[in-house]
Amino acid sequence: MNISLDLADGCGAPDQSAPIPASVDLEKETVITGIVSSADGAPVAGAYVRLLDSSGEFTAEVVSSPDGVFRFFAAPGSWTLRALSRSGNGDLTLDATRGVNEVALSVAAV
Amino acid sequence: MSRDTALVSADWAEKNLETPGVVFVEVDEDTTAYDGGHIPGAVKIDWKQDLQDPVRRDFVNQAQFSALLSERGISNDDTVVLYGGNNNWFAAYAYWYFKLYGHRDVKLLDGGRKKWELDARPYSKDVPQRARASYQASAPDLSIRAFRDEVVASIGVQNLVDVRSPDEFAGRLLAPAHLPQEQSQRGGHIPTAINVPWSKAANEDGTFKSDDELAKIYGEAGLDGSKDTIAYCRIGERSSHTWFVLKEILGQQNVKNYDGSWTEYGSLIGVPIVLGDESGEA
Repeated sequence: MNISLDLADGCGAPDQSAPIPASVDLEKETVITGIVSSADGAPVAGAYVRLLDSSGEFTAEVVSSPDGVFRFFAAPGSWTLRALSRSGNGDLTLDATRGVNEVALSVAAV
Repeated sequence: MSRDTALVSADWAEKNLETPGVVFVEVDEDTTAYDGGHIPGAVKIDWKQDLQDPVRRDFVNQAQFSALLSERGISNDDTVVLYGGNNNWFAAYAYWYFKLYGHRDVKLLDGGRKKWELDARPYSKDVPQRARASYQASAPDLSIRAFRDEVVASIGVQNLVDVRSPDEFAGRLLAPAHLPQEQSQRGGHIPTAINVPWSKAANEDGTFKSDDELAKIYGEAGLDGSKDTIAYCRIGERSSHTWFVLKEILGQQNVKNYDGSWTEYGSLIGVPIVLGDESGEA
């Protein structure tokens, strides 16, 4: 099975906790990844994490894995991450560069 | 069509979980979410396994669609309520298939899985056992499906709505940012297309915005109400979401979904492409 073809086939979010497929070239990709956690530091599964561009426009959304993990394939530049969950909401802004960008995203009830 | 006939709220859904003749169907490209818990009584349709032809590059035909719904125990007279993850993209895609094959009463659950989840409504892991039905799909209604030649002929003539993100529209990204970016086709958009990302039509919790807000968004973006409209995205599911807004909520006439979308158009030899944020000239 050709993994890269399989990924390109659809548009739904893949399993967020799966390893990055070997076909993905990290020299070329800008990966934004991290863990959603609650105020007490526990990982939040099933959070809706969205990636907004520098103008605040929606770009993509994934659901965090059972370990709270999320991952985006973006481009270098300024991005905002926003999470909605039963445990509350949270956001942060980052400047991503080529390669893997790791962030921690905490959520709290308003 | 209107919001009242095409959409149901999560409250309505929760009150009608056991109503005879109402069938809830979860539709997704990745159905592991269903397996981990779904709306009680809902049956599963896997967008990739169940709704795509296994050989040709096309979705299921009339006979295949009839066989699928018969096997899932869905009848022509049932009220089908569709929902799913990814902000209802694949549920909206399925809604368009149901309309294309002439199902009389099909609705979308406003907000899909996300709203249901954020509201902390009940899930079940039980897979319902429905008796086999005898479903008869109608011949496809091609008044809601656009093919590539019609899309090329519509450049500068009809409304073309590109519902991808601004970076995909401009050619800076080739796929939504939750997917790897390597693709064979070229980036950019169809000349004269306006860019109204599907997400403009949805609230943060996945529900649709109000009729007034929706009419304002597409009006300000330059959608001409006197012309026909073709919506497209990358593989046709986000544009189903926008097709649903324009045709089923706002009630516009002559709205088509171009399900070939950018994976087809961006691979065609010789067709015009515009790079950057402007719509471009015909």
